[in-house]
Amino acid sequence: MTMATTAPRLEFRHIGKTFPGVRALGDVGFSVRAGSVHGLLGENGAGKSTMMKILGGEYIPDEGEVAIDGEVMHFRKAADAIAAGVAVIHQELQYVPELSVMENLLLGRLPTRFGLVDRRAALKWTRERLDALGVDLDPRARLKSLSIGQRQMVEIVKAILRDAKILALDEPTSSLSHRETEVLFRLVNDLRAQGKAMIYISHRLDEIFELCDAATIFRDGRKVADFDTLEGVTRDTLVQRMVGRDIGDIFGYKPREQGEVRLAVKGVTGRAVQQPVSFEVRAGEIVGFFGLVGAGRSEIMRVVYGADRRLGGDVTVDGRAVKASHIRDAIRSGLVFCPEDRKEDGIIGVRSVSENINISARRNHLTAGLFVNDRNEARTADTYIERLRIRTPHRKQEIRLLSGGNQQKAVLSRWLAEKDLRVLIVDEPTRGIDVGAKNEIYNVLYELAARGVAVVMISSELPEVLGVADRVITMCRGRITAQFNRGEANEENVLAAALPEGASATPMRNA
Amino acid sequence: MTETNAAAIGATRETQADRRRALLWHIVDDYSLILIFIVLFAVLSFTVEYFFSWDNVVGLALSVSQIGMVACTMMFCLASRDFDLSVGSTVAFAGVMCAIVANASGSVVLGIAASLVAGAVIGAINGVVIAKLKINALITTLATMEIVRGLAFITSHGQAVGVTSEAFFTLGALELFGLPVPVWVTVACFVVFGVLLNKTIYGRNTLAIGGNPDAARLAGVAVDRTRIAIFLIQGVVAALAGIILASRMTSGQPNAGEGFELNVISACVLGGVSLMGGRASISGVLVGVLIMGTVQNAMSLMNIDAFYQYLVRGAILLIAVLVDQLKNRRQSR
Repeated sequence: MTMATTAPRLEFRHIGKTFPGVRALGDVGFSVRAGSVHGLLGENGAGKSTMMKILGGEYIPDEGEVAIDGEVMHFRKAADAIAAGVAVIHQELQYVPELSVMENLLLGRLPTRFGLVDRRAALKWTRERLDALGVDLDPRARLKSLSIGQRQMVEIVKAILRDAKILALDEPTSSLSHRETEVLFRLVNDLRAQGKAMIYISHRLDEIFELCDAATIFRDGRKVADFDTLEGVTRDTLVQRMVGRDIGDIFGYKPREQGEVRLAVKGVTGRAVQQPVSFEVRAGEIVGFFGLVGAGRSEIMRVVYGADRRLGGDVTVDGRAVKASHIRDAIRSGLVFCPEDRKEDGIIGVRSVSENINISARRNHLTAGLFVNDRNEARTADTYIERLRIRTPHRKQEIRLLSGGNQQKAVLSRWLAEKDLRVLIVDEPTRGIDVGAKNEIYNVLYELAARGVAVVMISSELPEVLGVADRVITMCRGRITAQFNRGEANEENVLAAALPEGASATPMRNA
Repeated sequence: MTETNAAAIGATRETQADRRRALLWHIVDDYSLILIFIVLFAVLSFTVEYFFSWDNVVGLALSVSQIGMVACTMMFCLASRDFDLSVGSTVAFAGVMCAIVANASGSVVLGIAASLVAGAVIGAINGVVIAKLKINALITTLATMEIVRGLAFITSHGQAVGVTSEAFFTLGALELFGLPVPVWVTVACFVVFGVLLNKTIYGRNTLAIGGNPDAARLAGVAVDRTRIAIFLIQGVVAALAGIILASRMTSGQPNAGEGFELNVISACVLGGVSLMGGRASISGVLVGVLIMGTVQNAMSLMNIDAFYQYLVRGAILLIAVLVDQLKNRRQSR
């Protein structure tokens, strides 16, 4: 890795970009050598994605320039960047779900014979390329039948086949399984050996340490640190530079008093919950639900809340029964739910931050029992924007324009604004969220618990469950398999209880 | 420590200026359509003879009154990411129904009541099929559009049903404070539905449902109930428009209101209502309706052939949608 003798392969020089009301980037510059992987770190909204869109030709910078091999580029559209050998692989992938792997790879240049698509030639070509890269995919499989990780692989292969010399990966592992992540890492290492210049964005610091040669940290649209090498750099240093303050222990757990049983779930079943599930949560207690993806945690919580039909069993809040399959009765009982998929089930993207916060609680603040109280809603919105430090230019901003962490805080605010909150169920509350915002969200949970709210937190991140919860409940194949109090729970026993019997307890990746 | 404090203070000051600028953009966005209308109106006043006269302006208002009423409820429908093609047929059927019942019973009030109920039933059927049976709104209302049009022809035996009662005609012709009754009804619709959209849970929930139905449901919005209400109210208002149209034409005509649904939807889209749901404003719809009516009126005054008016209407709609697209693109860039 001593190729940095000439001009860097890719160079950002004094880049600036302003959106209406937000300065997304200001005077940011860094360079990436050929044959290296460059980590890009920062909290959500720090400007990483904006930078990648500038690289990909989707945004035109207001100031500064992008140079490749010392030559200044003027990308006006995405096609310009592709022509210059840049491939940006976004979190939201771009492919045709109805078409097969080979058709997606050959889109626009399928081989033809007598004017018809030559499927055999296409198949052979694709097989050869996939084999050469060591990627295990069926060329004939339709994209929509593949896992997210496999689709991501197709996207990367597409970039490689276009002979891109610069590759940017924006949080590629956020939805990958452990095995898929390994394949991805091997591919990245191969590409490095071939002399590609790569930018790697991830919130998972151990991935950065494992993969990256150098790193740059963004904060609030500015560059705050550059590391030519990551040797001797500690995790804490990175976190501190990203967040701009020393957050110490990211979980920051504090023990609390616990009261009577608030939420009691007895023998609840639903269409996706075949075996009856029962558990209890006390006032002031945070219960972490851990399990593998598909263990049935979200399914049971959706039935408890009423989002999915409840076929049997009882749910009570402070002894009062909650009507089955009736979300509004759950909310009236003080039982609320933050869903896993923020974008699909949580936020209403085209509506304002204020609307998203007030959507439920406004029923308690009507004037003359009929009219929405605008002044009260503005006050509520501003209160939570300030208290949860939601980064938005103003409360009327459409919420889709906010970063993931800030959207999550707004969804939480929606329920904090309920005057009689008793039970809060959060499903993967910190997925895809940066360290600083995670810490802030944990603090909100602690604060609620300290006020006597019973909190249920579903999480697939073991350190998070162990670090935040007072009690851990593990689920596997639709069943509760074990419970651990805070003192008893550790990585080994929790993981063992969450894995199906007979499976070996391979260590999981940390967050 | 002092350094961080200074930085923090600088940051807040910057965000405040940013906030003000972003709010200003909002205001410009919100009122750009109204500005366009004012300019259009001023230009036509100076260039088209007879355009700027009280009689012509009243005539203009009267000509858009039916479209205006139904545009108010169509706005809710589109804002909730739904669609209603059946309003034109409902207009015709309500007119026929009103005429038949009024003639048979000798009571205009009974005729009006019967057709309003008919409108409510049609709307409720639309709503229940769409919300509860989860059938696509486009298909559902395309079907009811055909069915209701058929009912209008069957009940009237394919012919205009003349009304004998004098009282019925006054509904369309009577003037109050210098404006015809239909115009007053339309004004009332804009006021009522404007308040409903902006000031009530019903309106806010409509926009939330259009923005993201799943998220709205999980946030405790009564999605099905709201959607049924939207269609039911739309049916009643379409029937009201049908009654007024019949009164103005002195008969219930089974072929009335053909293409009406598309004019109404055009006016809404022109007024910035998003077909993707979640975005709508009553002032936008009002201006959309007025722009459509004004252009139509000016073309008639300039003796432009009616056939060419179709071209102009289509072109205006396309331009409006393009402008809306550009506006969205700027926001997300």
